[in-house]
This record gives sequence, structure tokens and C-alpha cells, in this order.
Amino acid sequence: MSELRELYQELILDHTKKPRNFGELPGANRQAEGYNPLCGDRATVFLKLEGDRVADVRFQGAGCSISTASASMMTESVKGKTRGDVEALFDRFHRLITGDPARAALNAAPELGKLAVFSGVCEFPVRVKCAALAWHTLRAALAGEDRPVSTEVSESSSGDADGKAR
Amino acid sequence: MSLSETRPAEGAARLDVAALRADFPILAQTIHGKPLVYLDNAASSQKPASVIEAEREVYEAYYANVHRGVHTLSMRATDAYEGARGKVQRFVNASSVKEIVFTRGTTESINLVAQTYGRRNVGPGDEVLVTGLEHHSNIVPWQLRCEEKGARLRVATLADDGSVRMDEFDALLSPRTKLVAVAHVSNALGTVNPVRRIVERAHAQGVPVLVDGAQAVPHLAVDVRALDCDFFAFSSHKMYGPSGVGVLYGRRELLEAMPPWQGGGDMILSVTFAKTTYNELPYKFEAGTPHIAGVIGLGAAVDYLSAVGLARVAAHEHDLLVYATERSREVRGLRLVGTAPEKAAVLSFVIEGLHPHDIGTVLDYEGVAVRTGHHCAQPVMERYGIPATTRASFALYNTREEVDALVRGLHQAVETFS
Repeated sequence: MSELRELYQELILDHTKKPRNFGELPGANRQAEGYNPLCGDRATVFLKLEGDRVADVRFQGAGCSISTASASMMTESVKGKTRGDVEALFDRFHRLITGDPARAALNAAPELGKLAVFSGVCEFPVRVKCAALAWHTLRAALAGEDRPVSTEVSESSSGDADGKAR
Repeated sequence: MSLSETRPAEGAARLDVAALRADFPILAQTIHGKPLVYLDNAASSQKPASVIEAEREVYEAYYANVHRGVHTLSMRATDAYEGARGKVQRFVNASSVKEIVFTRGTTESINLVAQTYGRRNVGPGDEVLVTGLEHHSNIVPWQLRCEEKGARLRVATLADDGSVRMDEFDALLSPRTKLVAVAHVSNALGTVNPVRRIVERAHAQGVPVLVDGAQAVPHLAVDVRALDCDFFAFSSHKMYGPSGVGVLYGRRELLEAMPPWQGGGDMILSVTFAKTTYNELPYKFEAGTPHIAGVIGLGAAVDYLSAVGLARVAAHEHDLLVYATERSREVRGLRLVGTAPEKAAVLSFVIEGLHPHDIGTVLDYEGVAVRTGHHCAQPVMERYGIPATTRASFALYNTREEVDALVRGLHQAVETFS
């Protein structure tokens, strides 16, 4: 049960039940859709990009508690950040959820902040995609891609962690 | 064919489930400290020791390629391989071993028909008729064929309880229909289709019928001649046999008339660069070295299921389904998806406010293995306006105590997320 509690921490359950920044974003100038074909989860991320900075961000979609909470907490953590900051944060987050051996150091990094509650995900390899869906979608929106992203493609092309993710 | 038809008469001996469980070595383990409760049988079933032993014996005692050598091992392997074909023939009551083609699985069996019979007989403006409860493997091969040929895929939709609207099916049957392809039992909902009636209606219009029997063969006695179907496809791995092996039963006249599918060794009589003469049935459709040990393992699975008796299996599983259906009502917010009167032992459901993946993760921590997702039947999910369900599917080795463990796990999931 301890690993299960580690996965479903109070903060995650709270964001599942009351997702923040949920719904369309009026005045958004970027938008992307993400899809997890294995479980049918969908996410749409709306962005208001001002220059290089994420002025505002919201999301919509249906998914499990991990994907919903991850999307919700992601919107809180990237608001106000530059693209570079977002990329760095994603990198750290992805290492955390895939159980990258270097994660111990990353865990301590202050930049991760509340997102550290997702550390339990790495014990559940099949759930990595759930936690990563919103992030892959956000990155697609930042890159201005108009094709929907799929966790199948994203999680199998992003390096050594993917053996665990599949 | 329906569940009620396969129920034994009053007083028929019940299954000694405790003894049967001892036949399945994998069941005697714990998951996260809890006894394994394996309720993902519709995805794949576990294997009895006799099947494992049969495969092991092939490799340890008499493995060689089949239909090739004059040496002793090759003859022994060939005898065992062809012996398995005979077992399968009797298992589904086909009239001849020539009607039993070994494939990689149900999916390959259906693709074989789509790419040979379908390629030759489905043309522009023609139609292939399926139902709303099909697995992707009985949709996509026909879509591919229809797209290529300018033909059209027609669908008889589902009523709210998950049974096929037969009036719609009848209305869709027309002179344009070149083939009917239906599941015997729905993997996502458990619905048992009225296959005999479907075949009657189709044959009345001269239309052949392919039955996807993957979910039927482990749960109810199948008699292809009584069903009168033209093709019947199924997999070994869902009926306690090895994975990677499947069967296509085909009516002999149809198989004879069909062009070969894959070319290669074993499917030929003679080859010159000018012309190849194809082998007789069933070898015409078995190009290349087959999954020899797997087929022999399937033969052992047929022996096992036949010894247990499908009528008793069906009765036991029906009892589990009734019990599980009843107990599921205790779970707050649970709604069953698929409540057709004729159902195999599949319990598909959603719980208000809970995502199936979260339910699956909590259940796994209780040792309970279920399937969560769209079950390779996205049109079924769309029909009910849901992205996914949680599915518990039962086999001959499951018990009421395991249903209790499932229900305990579900209560815990509800508690965790409420």
C-alpha cells in the first residue's frame, strides 16, 4: 500500500477532484491536442504566448487522476515562465517520472517544487504516459505543431527512459 | 448458440475448481503480498501444466521441422502437429481436417479471409456487413478491403443493453452484401450474438458468414456445422493454449475456391520459375514453417478443455457472472456496460468519478488483475459515450472468493478517490 499512497498523494487527489486552470482560454494564440491511444486519454492545452513567455495557460480533457492532476499542476508551474524554463522543467519532470538514475539530485532541485509529488509514478511504468501527456501537449503547443501529439510517439522517441514507459 | 443452451441439465456434476486451480502453476503466487486474482481472461488466459509440458516435451524429445524429413524426429513432429489438427477439427466439429488452417491467431485468420476471399469476391459498390460490437480485428481488415475495392462497410448497431439490433441487421442485408462478419461473443461487453439466426438470415440471401470466435471457444461448446457458418476464426491463447497460434475453420468448397494468401514453402506442390502449383488444403494456406510447438500445445489445450467439459465450464462461469453482477451493485456509482440477456462471463463497468486506469492500479495492489481501456473496441466505447471501461473476465479457474476480492478492491478504489 505504501507505493500506492506514494502514487496517489493528497495533492494529486486534490488536483484530480478540482483541476486548476481547466477550460478554454479566451485569447489563446497557441493550442495543441494530445492523445494517449492506449487508454483513450485526451488533453488540449491552450496557451497565450507573449514573446517568449507563457502569459497564460489552460487545459481541457478527460483522463485518469494522474493525467488530470499532472495537467493541472503543470499549468500552475509553467505560468509566467519562458520557453527555456519550461523545457528545463519538463526535462526534470520527465526524469523524475521515468526514474532516471540522476533523479535523486533533481528531486532536491527547488525548480521542481510541487511537481515532486509525482515521484511515485516511476514505480508504475505504465502510468508514465499518463503523467507525461499534458507536458508533451504543452511542448507541441509551444512548438506551434498543428498535428495532435500521441504519447506513443512522444514516449518512444525520447530516449532511454522509454523502455520503462512502454 | 447461447449460454442457456450450453447449461448442463440439473444435477450435472459441478466443477472441482480447487483441483482445476492446481493445474495452473501461475495462479499460486502473490502480487503485492496478496494472492493473485486473475480476471483478465478475455485478454488472455493462463495455461495448465499439461499445455506447458506438451510444449516442453516437443523441444526436449522430438522437435524437428514438419512435413519435410524422412528422419524419425521429423515424422514424430509431423504426427504430433497433424494430430493437433485432428483434435481441433473434432473440438469444433468440422467435417474434415482439410478445413482447419493454422494461423498466428484470430487476427491473422480474419485477415487471411479478407485478403483472399474478400479480394476475389468484394468489388466496387459491394458491402461487408459487421455489427457494432466488433473487435478492431474484425473491423479493420474489412475497412482495408473496402477502401481498396470501393466497397462499403455496413454496421448493425447496438441496443442500449449491448445486443445487436437484429431488425437493423436484417434491413442491412441486401444483394450488395458479399460477406457478413460477426463476433460470436463480444470481448468488451460479453454479449453472445445469435449466430445461428444471423447465419440463417445471411444464407437465405446467399451471403457467407465469418464468425470471430475468439471469445467463444473457451466458454461455450462450438459446433461449426450446427452454426452452419462459413468461416470461424479463433485463437489458442484465449482457450488455455500457447500464444502465437490461431485457427481458421473454412467450409471446404470456399477454401478450395480461394486463391492462396502468403507464398512460400509448404504451400506448394511444385515450383518452377514459370509456374507454381499450390498444395492441397489446408497446406495451401500455411506457407512457411509454422509454430510447431505452439500448435501441439494447442492440441493439449483442446484435450484439457474437452476433459473438463465445456458445458460444465459454461455453467460455472455463468454462476460467477450472476454472482459478480449481483455483488457489483454494492459498489457506489458503479454502472455495468453491457447487460444483454445472453452474456458470457464478462463484467465491463464504469464507476462515477473514477477513471478505469486508477481503478486498475488500485486493484493491482489488491492482487486483482483486470483490463482497463477500450479493449480494442473503440466503436463500442463511442456507442456508450465513454473513453474506457474496467473489465473483469472470468475463466474456469475463477471462484466466488475472487469475485469478493474484486468487490473489496472496488470499494477501496471508491474510498481512495471520493
